[in-house]
Amino acid sequence: MNGSSGSAELDALRLSLEVAARSVGFSLPLAVLVAWILTRARFPGRIVFDAFVHLPLVLPPVAVGYVLLMLFGARAPIGGWLRSHFGIELAFTTAGAALATAVMTFPLMVRAIRLSLENVDRGLEEAARTLGAAAVDRFVSITLPLMLPGILAGAVTAFAAGLGEFGAVITFASNIPGATRTLPLALYTAMQSPGGDALALRLATLSLALGLLGLLACELLVRRVRRLLGR
Amino acid sequence: MLQVSVLRRRPGFCLEASFAAPTPGIIALFGRSGSGKTTLVNIISGLLAPDAGAVRLDDEVLTDSRAGIAVAVERRRIGYVFQDARLFPHLSVGGNLRYGERRSRAAPRLIGFDEVVSLLGLAPLLARRPRELSGGERQRVALGRALLAQPRLLLLDEPLASIDVARREEVLPYLEALRDQLAIPMVYVSHQFDEVLRLATHVVLLEAGRVLAQGAVNEVSLRPELQSVVGPDLVGAVLEGVVVRLDPDSGSAELTVGTGTLQVSLRDVPLGSRVRLQLLARDVILATQPVQGLSVRNALASTVTAISNDDYGAVLVRLDVGGETVLARITQDALRALKLRPGDAVWTLVKAVSTRGHAFRLAARP
Repeated sequence: MNGSSGSAELDALRLSLEVAARSVGFSLPLAVLVAWILTRARFPGRIVFDAFVHLPLVLPPVAVGYVLLMLFGARAPIGGWLRSHFGIELAFTTAGAALATAVMTFPLMVRAIRLSLENVDRGLEEAARTLGAAAVDRFVSITLPLMLPGILAGAVTAFAAGLGEFGAVITFASNIPGATRTLPLALYTAMQSPGGDALALRLATLSLALGLLGLLACELLVRRVRRLLGR
Repeated sequence: MLQVSVLRRRPGFCLEASFAAPTPGIIALFGRSGSGKTTLVNIISGLLAPDAGAVRLDDEVLTDSRAGIAVAVERRRIGYVFQDARLFPHLSVGGNLRYGERRSRAAPRLIGFDEVVSLLGLAPLLARRPRELSGGERQRVALGRALLAQPRLLLLDEPLASIDVARREEVLPYLEALRDQLAIPMVYVSHQFDEVLRLATHVVLLEAGRVLAQGAVNEVSLRPELQSVVGPDLVGAVLEGVVVRLDPDSGSAELTVGTGTLQVSLRDVPLGSRVRLQLLARDVILATQPVQGLSVRNALASTVTAISNDDYGAVLVRLDVGGETVLARITQDALRALKLRPGDAVWTLVKAVSTRGHAFRLAARP
């Protein structure tokens, strides 16, 4: 995806949307799994696991980007293995920007999904059990649909937040026009360039509008789904 | 036959209960709240595990702690109607009904979708969402959903508790219809003796996690333990009889009970039907001589068989009336004045109207 429309704003916008979408698509199933483990499973070290999942919320984003570079860089253990076996390169690519964004927004997503899972009445799962539904069947037919508002809220919030991820992206994926220069990176670049004030203002306005739109869409979507679910 | 013998100990509560009851039929688990009824049905369903013990249904062992057997809940084919219905909010009534049906394809067919819908009067509700239903409708849907899973045993945990007293008639006749038309054994949890009297074929009396008494409804009605659960005012012998004469104008009926007959106030029962009624002990009057000029419709020749104190300052007199047992609750003063002793012949006086509200249709025995 290195097509360039010639307009810095559109390039950055398109790239931001792509990075945010890929990050959500990648982390959503994992977030559902982690939320389930944190809510339902009881095992030693659960508190440590919980803290680890929430770490990106409190770490400086640059530190997260640095850790990613240590793990997924071209010569790093995981990065080198991915490269030699699958030809996947993460550092300094759009996919890498998506990975950095996914890590940063992961806790947000898990929190929203976990909250909705905690609200699912376990009595309904018991009822499904007496009606002949085994564990996976119960999860798919009862638990998952009832968690849907939280899953959607988590996805949309993570998407909106992902549009603006800066520190981890610039550290891990750098600031390459057309590949990793997302909206906030383009804004930062414009601010650093002489005569870039007008572009910076346009990019800032665009970010603001996108964020607002994302949050509104999230709220409306969740309301609608709740109605559909009969709450 | 349903055989249960289980122990479950938790801080503050210990359930140690054993009973065996014939199937099909309705087995009532009767007791005050907190007596362990719900824990017991949860153990039968498999949702709770006993610390020790066994649950057997007919020839199959469902739980046996010694043999290490615990059939998974989803494979027990035991239907469960919860007190709070627990309908799935994201599915329509039809979707809820189909949920169990879809998952019971391999099970022997007991009842079909259309039959359940017509038996429980669900046709107008099918497209609705659970939140749009009344309490009685919800319980009927829960009942239908459980039936369509083709259960071998149906557990009902106080299905009427969350419904207004006036609206219970929206559900009770359907339960009678199930008992009379399908051969599904049921375990019915209740703390209302009225419901037991109306529905049950076998009663297990529970108190503080233990079985105080069990047996047929008329047997258990004579047990002194029942008094500690229902209180002195609701104690009374349960009799079964056949309607032999009806007078629709006055609303009275004549029943043969044992070797005698009894006139009672009873409507809406067909001639020849079996009915069960309770003569509350506090309503039964005793006389040592034939009486005249009284409005009482029944004066039955009887014999005193036992006299006991009833823990509430009064006396319970046990009488043999034409082979049936009747209880009368009288004061100590009355006992002294009549000088009653076991073996004495007395007249048992029963007002036709004082049996009202305790007469219920019974299934014709197969």
